[in-house]
Amino acid sequence: MANIISDETIEYVGILAKLELSEEEKENAKKDMGEMLDYIDKLNELDTTGIEPMSHVFPVHNVFREDVVKNGDGREETLANAPERKDDCFVVPKTI
Amino acid sequence: MKQFETVIGLEVHVELATKTKIFCSCSTEFGGEPNAHTCPVCTGMPGSLPVLNKQVVEYAAAVGLATNCTITQNCKFDRKNYFYPDNPQNYQISQLYLPICRDGSIEIETEDGQKKTIGIHEIHMEEDAGKLVHDEWGENSLVDYNRSGVPLIEIVSEPDMRSADEVIAYLEKLRMIVQYLGASDCKLQEGSMRADVNLSVREVGAKEFGTRTEMKNLNSFKAIRRAIEAERERQIDLIEAGKEVIQETRRWDDTKEYSYAMRSKEDAQDYRYFPDPDLVPVIISDEWLADLKARQPELQTEKMERYKTEFKLPEYDAKIITGNKKMADVFEAATAICSNPKKVSNWLMVETMRLLKENDLDADQIPFSPENLAKLIKLTDDRTINSTVAKEVFEQVFANDVDPEVYVEEHGLKTVADDGALRSTIEEIVANNPQSVEDYKSGKKKAIGFLVGQTMKATQGKADPATINQILVELLK
Repeated sequence: MANIISDETIEYVGILAKLELSEEEKENAKKDMGEMLDYIDKLNELDTTGIEPMSHVFPVHNVFREDVVKNGDGREETLANAPERKDDCFVVPKTI
Repeated sequence: MKQFETVIGLEVHVELATKTKIFCSCSTEFGGEPNAHTCPVCTGMPGSLPVLNKQVVEYAAAVGLATNCTITQNCKFDRKNYFYPDNPQNYQISQLYLPICRDGSIEIETEDGQKKTIGIHEIHMEEDAGKLVHDEWGENSLVDYNRSGVPLIEIVSEPDMRSADEVIAYLEKLRMIVQYLGASDCKLQEGSMRADVNLSVREVGAKEFGTRTEMKNLNSFKAIRRAIEAERERQIDLIEAGKEVIQETRRWDDTKEYSYAMRSKEDAQDYRYFPDPDLVPVIISDEWLADLKARQPELQTEKMERYKTEFKLPEYDAKIITGNKKMADVFEAATAICSNPKKVSNWLMVETMRLLKENDLDADQIPFSPENLAKLIKLTDDRTINSTVAKEVFEQVFANDVDPEVYVEEHGLKTVADDGALRSTIEEIVANNPQSVEDYKSGKKKAIGFLVGQTMKATQGKADPATINQILVELLK
């Protein structure tokens, strides 16, 4: 494996993803991520000089909606899975 | 004493005036019941697919064209990743790599009448977040996603401003342009226009910029001015005390006139932007761009020229009236009814401006309908009321948008039109004031003013001064 993921990196990625990983999970994640980066590195074997970066795999562009209201009151559907609900709002831990 | 210079750049968010959200067909209307205007897309449900509102692209490009930007004809959307309860997807769809507009500028006029160009770095399209309601005493916050997915454009200026005055002039100009385009109503108080101020100070003559801070939560021009002045002082105090300015985001509290640090660079977030795979690129063809240019509405400069030629308004009037879209709209609507542009202009520039100022209102908030102003002008044109009464009636039009015809009728304010009755009142006054009559006849022409005044008093201000004058001159021959 050419790419070695450090303990600091896996710690940082865990914080960004809001994941608490056990020591064993960290070791597995380090291995997985290293392998993924190795795989991506294969692309560097190709000469991409003069090729535009691609943001989308399909040759499709300009998919639009007209500005017309079609949705009605979505309250019940939106709040159906709310763990806690008050005054038609989601209740979350106090956030400033 | 060291001399310091303030360097300011702005990030302005403008809520676009579309009927629906940026990526779904939910209404953007204000004041709905919490979460009524939501669907799986704007609440970030797994498996939902965003589809771009074409009108958002058109508004964003229109603002870019009006601010001399280059339009990015091949642009796309990126995801900005962060966790916060007002953002149900855990990412905001925005534009980092290829914003729709770049490298623009607008010209402002500073206090001393100098013209200055402020650069616009870029304008990008993005979605708004939901609203968090904080319970002061409770343990929880409440989230309403009605604003989630409302389309915004963020207009990022270059750090070209040097004072609060320049910042206000820039914001006013920007607001005027956006309002003329109909792209947003730009109300600071309601949050449809929001400005974040990036500010640093440096010694006059220094080449490098100082460390900047970003100030948020500025809800009025007054708050922006106060925040800029306070932040300038705070940074200068730090530097003079030999301390360092820390790059951080600060939140302004306008009631306390104080800002406090929200987050510093050390815990700056790593947003891990990447192209949004759910949204395909937006390609603005040459034809589409030409069509957008052709459809640009009349902007202030063109309108001002038209007012000078079509309505024969003096330059000064035309500039003030067109300085605000709402005022220009009221002007055109009232003029269309009463065909008296100069009088409409006078009412707007004198009495309307005075009452706006007295009531601490913006020209955007002109509270009366053009129909009622036109009616008032007609009443003075056909001499149904005199100018003193007209001013009194206008105060009512301004305060309550009353129909002047009804108001004049109900309050018996019509000019005493009965020449016979007026003539006998004047005859009586002439008889009772021999001294003034004597003075007038001996050449003191000013004495007639006293007699006009007495007549106005006797008719409770309802007579037409010009008519009184005419009758008096006749009687005193």
